[in-house]
Formats: sequence, structure tokens, C-alpha cells
Amino acid sequence: MANHQAVDFNKNVSRALNDAQLRKNFKFAMGNFVVKRQNIFPDKTETEQLRALGNAIKQRALSRLPELLEQLEQNCTKNGIQVHWAETTEDANEHVLNIMRAHEATLLVKGKSMVSEEMHLNKFLQFHGIEAIETDLGEFIVQLNNETPSHIIVPAIHKNKDQIAKILHDNIPDTPYTEDVQELNAIARKTLRQKFYKAGVGLSGVNLAVAETGTLCLVENEGNGRMCTTVPPVHIALMGLEKVIEKLEEIPPMLRLLIGSATGQLITTYVNMITSPRKKGEKDGPKEVHLIILDNGRSKIYADPQRRQTLQCIRCGTCLNHCPVYTRIGGHAYGFIYPGPIGKILNPQVEGLEAAGFLATASSLCNACEEVCPVKIPIPELLRRIRNDTYSTNPNGTMEGHGYKSKGIERLVWKAWTFLNTHPMINATGLKIRGALGLKFPKLGPLKHWTRHRTNPQIAKKSLHELVKEHGVDNE
Amino acid sequence: MRNYPEKPEKIYYFGTCLADMFYPEAGMAGIKLIQQQGVKVIFPAQQTCCGQPAYNSGFPAEARTVARKQFDIFYKDCPIVLPSGSCAGMMRHHYPKLFENDYNIDEIKAFSERIYELSEFLVNVLNIQLEDRGDPIKVTWHSSCHAMREMKVTEDSKSLIRQLKNVELVDLENEYECCGFGGTFAVKQPQLSGVMVNDKVDYIKQSGAARVLSGDCGCLMNISGAMDYRHMPISGQHLAEFIWERINGEPSSS
Repeated sequence: MANHQAVDFNKNVSRALNDAQLRKNFKFAMGNFVVKRQNIFPDKTETEQLRALGNAIKQRALSRLPELLEQLEQNCTKNGIQVHWAETTEDANEHVLNIMRAHEATLLVKGKSMVSEEMHLNKFLQFHGIEAIETDLGEFIVQLNNETPSHIIVPAIHKNKDQIAKILHDNIPDTPYTEDVQELNAIARKTLRQKFYKAGVGLSGVNLAVAETGTLCLVENEGNGRMCTTVPPVHIALMGLEKVIEKLEEIPPMLRLLIGSATGQLITTYVNMITSPRKKGEKDGPKEVHLIILDNGRSKIYADPQRRQTLQCIRCGTCLNHCPVYTRIGGHAYGFIYPGPIGKILNPQVEGLEAAGFLATASSLCNACEEVCPVKIPIPELLRRIRNDTYSTNPNGTMEGHGYKSKGIERLVWKAWTFLNTHPMINATGLKIRGALGLKFPKLGPLKHWTRHRTNPQIAKKSLHELVKEHGVDNE
Repeated sequence: MRNYPEKPEKIYYFGTCLADMFYPEAGMAGIKLIQQQGVKVIFPAQQTCCGQPAYNSGFPAEARTVARKQFDIFYKDCPIVLPSGSCAGMMRHHYPKLFENDYNIDEIKAFSERIYELSEFLVNVLNIQLEDRGDPIKVTWHSSCHAMREMKVTEDSKSLIRQLKNVELVDLENEYECCGFGGTFAVKQPQLSGVMVNDKVDYIKQSGAARVLSGDCGCLMNISGAMDYRHMPISGQHLAEFIWERINGEPSSS
């Protein structure tokens, strides 16, 4: 986690904003997602109650997390699923590699998994001579184009149909150029069928893991998830340790929230409930199922009650779709695996403030994300917390990079601001002088940025304090 | 839904630092609208800022110091009305969090309960009836994010505009999206803030309105500044000032 390359966010933003095609693609796609979500959650009161339920399920699960994880392990083991713990992404990669080697497998077919992106699993396996193929159509396109996903749910959302046509044509041998969606799908299907057939191991993510039954729940629309989890003789499921819930009966409300928020559907085309490898007498299914449970900084987040709320996330991506920043710059500009509002609170806590703390400044605190989050994560509150930890002088901070800007000029600026606003007479006199002279603030520092798109605000000749006095308003 | 009190004898008015410095007419208009309803307005001269700029920038201790000052000044048990959804949201919803571990948290909570955004107060407490004396005009509405998502008073503001018979309120595309102000966001992320405000201004232009109204001076400063920069003939105005002019045919400070 620590060796993340420095991200030049301003440059990334500038590049994204100047890419007319990218902006058009995002504007079109994100607008659709917002409408679809509205349509699938038409009743405000019902939706609020459902979100409150989702929040309660996740909060309760988190409050008993260690216990539930142990229960999950026990029940999975009882069902014949082999459980592996991974503290770091390196550990998780090693587990995958060991399983692959144990079966002398050289080809891995992958369903969509953000945890595998966290692990940079494809690169790791490639280094060890193992081919990993993404089978989710969006991920497949992104992989062909040597990119990373730009969205948690729709990884190739930054590309339009024509661009995708070119990517398939350029990267799959003997593929004629076509912009016909059916034909493009057929090309991907044909390519992937061969891979499903040959792969020694299939890999998937986990949307929800049920502790009381040891069930792994996985939703998808393309059937590739079912292929990855049933066709190859071995299935590896990857999950972040926050994905565990307590009871099977919690699945329906959680799926309603997850799917409605993610794609605006009532239910996905496929809902996979995986409880064991192939049993005696069964005709299909993998002979071995492995579950790798990844920490990668999560337990550090867990240790702080306020920050713990970050772990409620079910990775639906709706905060991205509703974010005025994400919808303009897309996912790549953020420079981290998790983009958008959830990324702004997650990455700084995992990668540290010095590497990723800047992400928390890329928000106007408009609260649009908080309003739609299906499990009610207080994202703006956590953004403020990250900003606070950046400048904090409290010696007991636990976030990596805590207080690394505590000695900067900003602290002095806010000290001066505090002085002025607790000495109203000095403040009022200063304002009076500036108003009378018709002064504007100098176009330096912050005002230089402001006036790039706006006129310099004019300080009123008479402040409200003065007007109020003139009108004889009671000022006790 | 919030339970609203009977019409009080007197109220406190918190003008906000932005109205004080840049939009005093708007602040004054709010006072006059309340006075006209027969309610006494008290404007404590010691008031400054709600503390939100520091709170949102990662300096809660500094915000607390400034916030406590306001808490001390507005000590009487009467409603506190603000011509800003954002500052009202800060005082109503964030003070209890800011002083969470404070010895007088109960008093802070009681203070927060006394906070009202101006439109909300005019509509729900004063039940104000407006008689329009102005010429026909087409306007559009921009809600601040905190007026909309924290104070939830957008409908109150719009209902006031709808009371004005010669005013046509036209819809704004992407109405629910932030204008890009966000306090220090505007200067810390100038590119993002810039593209957001320019998009907002484009939508305002498309709406065909002659004026854009808002209940928040921060958004107004941002949007009007960007419209001026582009030499657009559309003006931005605070709702209170607009209403005062419509019902009296005169500016609020005269």
C-alpha cells in the first residue's frame, strides 16, 4: 500500500476537463444512472426506511465484526470452503498464486472484483507467468486497452461505443471493425468462451458474506460471474473483511439497496449464492472453493468509531454517479483504485494522508453523496475528519500522516480568522475602512484562483452592521 | 417535519459574515420583511461568523472558538433567523456535533433548536402573505446545497416566489447540483469549482430567466461573479431583497 506513486491531481483534472469526448461520455452515462436510480426508488419514505435498515444491518455487523468473521470462517469451513486470511495485498496475492500453483494452473478467469484491483493481482500474476483474463465486459475492455477501471460498477464507462469498437478491433487478432453492439458482444463472448473452457481457476468478488450460513452472495448481469464460479475446477472468492453480514434474512434488503443504487434494477440477471464446492453426486460446480479475506488497512479504519463508518460501504458506486466532481473528471483523474466520494474517504485512510489526503479537498461538501448512499455513510463528515487530521496537532492521531500539515501557513491563517471573528469591533472597523475606500481584496493567493472564472467581489460601502445601526434596529 | 412555534414577539437576526461584507442589502431586506409582520428584530452588534469556513476546512477548534462566541451572544430564548441555508445548517445541524463532548452540549442543542432559515421562518412561522407590485419578470431559482439537503427549505423559498403574481418561476436544468462554491473549495480546487460554476451559469442562461434568485450569499457571489465575468445580462439576487422590492417597489435600505 505504501509504494503508491505520487498523483498530480491538478494535472489529471486539467487533462480530464480538456478531454471533450471524456466529458461527453460521463455526462451522458451518469445522467442516465441518476434517472434510473430515481425510478427504482420512487417512494421517498419507503426509500428512507430501507436506507435506515441498510445502515442498521451494516452498523450492527461492524459492531460485532471480529465475532462474525470467525463465525463466517467456521461455517465456510464446515461447508467445505477453504478460508485464507490476508493482512496485506501481498499476502492475498501469495494465496492466489499458491492455489494456482497447487493446481498447476496457468490461466485465471476473473469476474469483477475491486479487491483484486486493490491487489494489482493481474500484474502480479503476469509477473509469475500466469495469465489473468477479465471476463466482465467492461473490465475486459479496460484490460484490453491496458487501463484501470474508471468506475466501481461500470469500469469502461469512460469509453463510448465507437472507442470500444476500436479497442476490440485493435487488440483481438482477426477482429473486423464493427460498431454494432450485438456484434461487439459476440466478439467478446467468442473470445471469452475459450478462456472459460481452458481456465484452471476462476476468481470472483463477494458482495455479501453471510456469517450464520457461510454463504457468499454475488450479483452480476452478464453471467460471467456464474461461469467463473462454476466452470473451472477451482473457484477463488476475494472479499474485503467488511463485507460480512450476520443473517441470511438480511440479504433481500441489502440486495434491494445494492442493486437499486448500483444499476437502477430491481434485481440483477444473476444472483449467485455460493455455499460449498461441488458435492458428491452433483454434476457441476468447482471441486474446490477458496475464500480469501483481505484486511489491507481496514482494521486500522475499524479501530476508530467515526472512521469505522467508511466500512459500511457496499461498493454500489451511486455516490460516484451523483458527485458533481466525479461526473466531470471521471475515475482515472483521482489516481487511486477507488474514485469518487467513497474514494476520497477510503484512499486517504488506507494510503495515508501524505499520499492521498489531497483527495479530501476535491469536494464542495455539497452532500449529494450522503443523500443517496444506501447505507448512509456520512461522507461529508468523514471528509471533514480527514481534513482535520491533516492539520491536527493532537499527538494521539492514528491516521497515517496525521498532522503532517500542522505547521503550515494555513493554521496561521485560521488563527487570524479566529481572532477577527472573536473581536467584532476590530473586524467591523476593518470592514468599514475597506468599504469606505471601495477596496476589493487583492488578487493574490486565493483571490487569484477565484478571479480566473469570476469577477472580484466588491465589498459593500456600508456593512450590514452599519445599515442596521442607521435603521435603528435593536442591537443589544 | 419540524414543529414550528407560534408567531413570536421578537426574534434574533444573524446576518452572516458574507451578507455583512458583500450583500448588506439582502441582510437588511430580511430584517424588514420580519419587522413588517409585526415582529421585533434584535441584531446583536457583536455577531460575526457561524464558524463554518474553519469547520469545513479542517479546523474544528478554531470553528468552536468562533461558534461559542455566537452562542454566548444569542443567549435569549427566542428564535434566531438567518438569511442563509448554509449558515443555518451549520448552526442547526453541526453545532451539536462540534460541541459533542462539551460540558454544555444540552444548551448548545437548545440553541440549535432555535435556528431558522429565513424562508422557512417567513412561511411556516409568520405565514407571510405577499402582494406583488412589480412588473412581470421571469426568474429561476438556485438552492444552496445546505438549504436543500440540511435545512430542507427549498420548497419554502419557492412557495414565496410563487406568491408573487407577476413573477414567472422557470425551472433550472440540473437544479439539484452544486454551483461549485463550497467555501474554500473554490480556491483550493479552482479548476473543479470553475467548471461547476460555468456549467451552472450555462443552465441559467438556457433557462431564459432575467434573474437568478438564491437564499445564500455564497452561491450568489459565485454565480453572479461568473456571470459578470462572462458579461452576461442576467443578474443574481438574494430572495429576501427581491421580495422586498417586489412588495414595496423600493430598495431595502431606503
